[in-house]
Amino acid sequence: MKNKKALVTGGNRGIGKGIVLSLLEQGYFVLATSRDSTNFDMSHPNLKLANLDVCDHASVAAFQKIVSDYDPDILINNAGVTKDSLFLRMTEDDWDEVINTNLNSVFRMTKLVVKGMLKKKWGRIISISSISGSMGNPGQTNYSASKAGVDAFSRSLAKELGSRNITVNSIAPGFIQTDMTDGLIDEDITKKIPLQRVGNVEDVASLVNFLVSEESNYITGQTLVVDGGLFMK
Amino acid sequence: MSEVLDKVVEIVCNQLSVNKEDVTPDSSFVEDLGADSLDTVELVMAFEEEFGLEIPDDEAENITTIKSAVDWIEKNS
Repeated sequence: MKNKKALVTGGNRGIGKGIVLSLLEQGYFVLATSRDSTNFDMSHPNLKLANLDVCDHASVAAFQKIVSDYDPDILINNAGVTKDSLFLRMTEDDWDEVINTNLNSVFRMTKLVVKGMLKKKWGRIISISSISGSMGNPGQTNYSASKAGVDAFSRSLAKELGSRNITVNSIAPGFIQTDMTDGLIDEDITKKIPLQRVGNVEDVASLVNFLVSEESNYITGQTLVVDGGLFMK
Repeated sequence: MSEVLDKVVEIVCNQLSVNKEDVTPDSSFVEDLGADSLDTVELVMAFEEEFGLEIPDDEAENITTIKSAVDWIEKNS
């Protein structure tokens, strides 16, 4: 079980990097991607790096061969961007870039791995979403829409693939200390979080560890929130 | 038995976990052999892979029995 192979997009920094390090520590093999794989400041005998721009059809097509050879059991759709601005000021380019990177990429990447998982009758597809996708956030109409899309995609795919022992879930972090949230986090936000602190990448990575394991066998089609209690339904 | 028929039967038995003895040329994947909708897509993918063909979606819909699969493959390879 511990020699399962995971593909993690956007694995060079932030939450993705935390996930890669944590999976390696658990004994998994990891294929981590980044737009420029020279950005990786880590090495490990079980870690393989690859260049991939998840927004770019040609880049994803070229990556197909690497994925087929690697034959991952686990996909972590993590690559994502923000391009925040109030709706009145948001351009169509801001909208398209975020939908393409955060949502269309999930479609493209999942396509690459599903056939292999069907053959094995085992698979884990986990996409990193955001509480912004369910609670909304001013300045993030594009980002919220992309993340809500990822959650809904996961539910439908979970229904399609359930009979083949492939689970599909998303993880919705709240405020996690990374480059992406630098400058967004202040004392006011911390006060609103019941657990009185912002999260760290390990808080998210530990949920990933659980979801990729056999222990999570009976969980699919869910969006699991890791936010210190900030958003409660 | 043609070579294509042999191969198709093998793929179907493998995918649907049925015995060769229970399969006839007229067997319907869904009605006789218990395939679900995902099985039928996987079968078409397996035929494509085995025979190096690309089966268009609208034609794949009509491949519902052993015989229809064999006929399509023999006609197009």
